[in-house]
Amino acid sequence: MGSIESSFFDIGHLDALSSKDTPIHRVDPRVKVLTTIYFIAVVISFNKYDPAGLAPLVIYPVAIMTIGNIPFSYIMKKLLIASPFVLSVALFNPILDRTPVLDLGLFSVSGGFVSFASIAAKFVLTAGAGLALIACTGFDSICSALSKMGVPGAFTIQLIFVYRYIFVLGEEAARMVRARALRSFGNKGLGMTVYGSMIGQLLLRTMDRAQRIHLAMLCRGFDGEIHHVASSKIRLSDFFFLAGWSGLFTLLRLYNFPAWLGRELGRLI
Amino acid sequence: MSHHIVEVKELKFSYPDGTPALNGVNFRITHGESVALVGANGAGKSTLLLHLNGYLTPQEGSVRIGDMPITKKTLKQIRQTVGMVFQDPDDQLFLPRVYDDVAFGPTNLGLPPDEVRQRTLSALALVGAVHLKDRPPYKLSAGEKRAVSIATVLSMSPSILVMDEPTSNLDPKARRQLIHLLSEFDHTKIIATHDMDMVLDLCSRAIVLRGGEVVADGIARDILNNRDLLDASGLEKPLRLQGCPICSVASPPTS
Repeated sequence: MGSIESSFFDIGHLDALSSKDTPIHRVDPRVKVLTTIYFIAVVISFNKYDPAGLAPLVIYPVAIMTIGNIPFSYIMKKLLIASPFVLSVALFNPILDRTPVLDLGLFSVSGGFVSFASIAAKFVLTAGAGLALIACTGFDSICSALSKMGVPGAFTIQLIFVYRYIFVLGEEAARMVRARALRSFGNKGLGMTVYGSMIGQLLLRTMDRAQRIHLAMLCRGFDGEIHHVASSKIRLSDFFFLAGWSGLFTLLRLYNFPAWLGRELGRLI
Repeated sequence: MSHHIVEVKELKFSYPDGTPALNGVNFRITHGESVALVGANGAGKSTLLLHLNGYLTPQEGSVRIGDMPITKKTLKQIRQTVGMVFQDPDDQLFLPRVYDDVAFGPTNLGLPPDEVRQRTLSALALVGAVHLKDRPPYKLSAGEKRAVSIATVLSMSPSILVMDEPTSNLDPKARRQLIHLLSEFDHTKIIATHDMDMVLDLCSRAIVLRGGEVVADGIARDILNNRDLLDASGLEKPLRLQGCPICSVASPPTS
């Protein structure tokens, strides 16, 4: 169970990172969310046979992490945890798509490998930017930014609650697993049948708790909407942040910078 | 000050599966009283509390807060008047930041932002938790969570505080601090608890529930000294009113 417990502490670490005070942290959350969404859209729009074109875009997450004082290794570890899900999607590309697209003399690279690389690069860029966004903004600020931008309350409230109660649920699950482990000797009592009823237990407890939380909310005048108190104004510098980055992303999308660089270098040589 | 009165008349309630929980409960609590609601597990304390702020509606009988009966129309006002502190602070604190949680009630009341801010900070100051305002609730200790839970209710300036087991799961020092804090409030207080020593400290009046009925209602000190009544209700004398285990058990002084 140690692993689950420690990964919860890790989410707490993400929270701690978001309370730092750097120029990036001070940018209005809405602006950061918009910039990141645009970044992700640009990354996704690249052709699957063009992983090289994506390379310059790495500047955005790297800049955010550097200025925001977010440790690279931390974000990398998180990416590594999520990577099997994405890579399993791309796994069959090299087998299914064998059209050679790149001839390197001795061997040729098939389209499948190129698109595999492209998917991997897109994953690193988009998920990296998303994590960097959370690390330098804070999850609750992102939720309130989303709701200020008109995202329906049903979604933002869900997000806030998932984030708040994942710790409580985790602790409850950890306690149950501990209680079972202490009374199961050897391999007895560790089978799937016990798991089934434990998960059922957890669901029932969660439903009970949900009811109590709803009650607590009703007692304090909840009417289906969480009104956010903290009001922030978008400053001129925020506008420059958005305009500058979006401009850069657009340029990198329209002009194939690595190809141009290659050509220029070739001419020089 | 009539809005501080809580009046329960012939209140009956049974759960959908037929389990009777309340069986004709009567009492009237007036302004500024501090009342303990005691009884064994399953005596109906929690069910009664859920009626006091309109979460459950009486199947028979009535509950009135001040001049208002509890109905759908008066619900909003009732819930502002009756501040309810739940037993598990994890149920009470549902937002990712302490400040937002304390501000939740006042914001829902539709107060202007400055007023919300001022109320939030003064509620936090009252429970001595201003320094916790930017912390996420899951990082607080049990005592801190409890203090903040109370602040979330105080920020709505209720006239009546209803608490379910406020001292459960607290270490002795945190418990003592909480009792001290509560003794400073001049709200009408209704406290459901098993902590009989706290009753001795905080409450002038006690209501004993047994099987969904009020079996005693009177001065707390008298009730807490009535061994037969307490015994029959699944309760025990507060430790401080029991004999000293050392002097009374040890052999009598030789003289």
